[in-house]
Amino acid sequence: MSADKDNRLKINEIYMDHIAAAPVRREVADAMIPLLRDGFGNPQSVHGRGQAAAEVLARAREQVAALVGADPWDVIFTATASEANNLALKGVAPARKKKSNRIIISAIEHASVLNPAKTLGKDGYEIVLLPVDGLGVVPITRLKEELAKGAGVVSIMHANTEIGTIEPIEELAAACRERDVPMHSDGWGTAGVIPVNMATLGVSALTIAGQNFGGPPGAAALILPKGTPTRSLIEGGVQERGLRAGQENIPAIAGMGVAAELAAKELGANAARTKAVRDALLSGLPAAIDDVYVTGHPERRLPNHASFCVKYIEGEGMLLFLDQKGIRAASGSACTSKSLKGSHVLEAIGVETALAQGSIVFTMGPESRIEDVDTIISVMKPVIARLREMSPIYKRK
Amino acid sequence: MALYSDKVMDHFMNPRNVGEIPDADGAGEVGNPVCGDMMTFYIKVKDDRLADVKFKTFGCGAAIAVSSMVSEMAKGKTLDEAMRITNDSVAEELGGLPKNKMHCSNLGADALHAAIDNYRSKTKGAPAKELSGAGEGESKTCPFCDSELGVGADPICQSCQIEFEDCPECGKLASNNDTCCPHCGAKLKKE
Repeated sequence: MSADKDNRLKINEIYMDHIAAAPVRREVADAMIPLLRDGFGNPQSVHGRGQAAAEVLARAREQVAALVGADPWDVIFTATASEANNLALKGVAPARKKKSNRIIISAIEHASVLNPAKTLGKDGYEIVLLPVDGLGVVPITRLKEELAKGAGVVSIMHANTEIGTIEPIEELAAACRERDVPMHSDGWGTAGVIPVNMATLGVSALTIAGQNFGGPPGAAALILPKGTPTRSLIEGGVQERGLRAGQENIPAIAGMGVAAELAAKELGANAARTKAVRDALLSGLPAAIDDVYVTGHPERRLPNHASFCVKYIEGEGMLLFLDQKGIRAASGSACTSKSLKGSHVLEAIGVETALAQGSIVFTMGPESRIEDVDTIISVMKPVIARLREMSPIYKRK
Repeated sequence: MALYSDKVMDHFMNPRNVGEIPDADGAGEVGNPVCGDMMTFYIKVKDDRLADVKFKTFGCGAAIAVSSMVSEMAKGKTLDEAMRITNDSVAEELGGLPKNKMHCSNLGADALHAAIDNYRSKTKGAPAKELSGAGEGESKTCPFCDSELGVGADPICQSCQIEFEDCPECGKLASNNDTCCPHCGAKLKKE
């Protein structure tokens, strides 16, 4: 059995950008291909093809629900996690406006939460950005203070994908329940990676995406228990309880279902494997190279996530050199973003702006190996030395 | 398709003229690590020509490649010729840059010109006039996508959804998100 080998794209490639995009599992592709070839059918149709598609959809709904301990009815399939986040904010906030127009989110949310909130702010909602501590944790006391002033909806991500920190969602959600305020959590980084259970977390809504656990692009979901007043963002037919009109992407949803079932079975073993690689990198890189700092929480972090800031240099240069050696990583530096804006997450945890430019993020997958860490460190040493040699601020140390 | 052209990658991976000139005749520094890019150029002048040019750069692949290309283009030129190296000519020599990286090429020429100004002010006491950048009268385009900007006190790029303002120091465009000017490094007030 070598699912790892199958997933490894190229020999000598070390792919550590799983949070941006991850390989689709072979079993997932195998389940999707027959549906793409001749599995067409509209689940709304009465005839045999339509009903066959409806069955595929129902099965996937069960598989996805099982991964997070939800009722299958609670699963609203969307195309992307961004769409699910938009629905959670722009769909739920207006339905709650009479109670309160305050929307509480953390300062380190993904753009697909921050920007809908910003838009709602222009429409007369009051947006409250909760600050985080230096490790990226939302302080429960601050949330309680803000909840006391009233809130329509709260959204705090389960784990931050730039710094890996896992938020104390159970505690935060309990505080929201006390005030009877629905809380949404973006589980992009966590579902299928660490145990995620709706009841344990105690949230009212959860975003999950199949891409993070071997599913295909084009399928994600908002877990939204029935009875949560919500406005549809895409109106039309009755699909997805009328909250997301439009014919379902059956092959992608089926793929997400298969991926969810496999992830639920293998989650523990996968997390243990990536955690070993993560820990070796988290301790190895700063030990091998001066002035390299870990960002995010040292323990309460995603098992597949290691992030750093390298002083005196800029992230994109590192990524390009690493890429030449087949090592794929990411950075939150201003130069790597299209808008040339620095990372709001690093700013929120208090990393000084110049240091934040040296951000580098490694996210592991099931195929990552402990030996990869030695390769990464041995490649990074001369790359960092070289870029520092070129840097006008290095000498001024 | 790769992010950068082969020529940009070559200058990034094997930059020419990296370093400092301890007894430089002129030195110029532009940008600021807080903005994401900073370049320092050192020049040695002989008979009104650039006998040597060296640089140090903190920045992305494009910024390093641009510095390397500027140093190569400038070496051997007379000071006046070197002052005529423009942002566009550097980008052209590199076989083009992604639109949102064009501002890096601005910094390269600016840093060289700053070093020449520095030399001239030391020798003649009269700095040369500002030559590069979007001066007044030019139509303003978004530095990220090159689309024409809407008119108004604070122009907006419709496709990038970024608002801009004029830097109070150098008058060039800075995004409303910038904490400091990407051209001259001046601190911009933040809301």
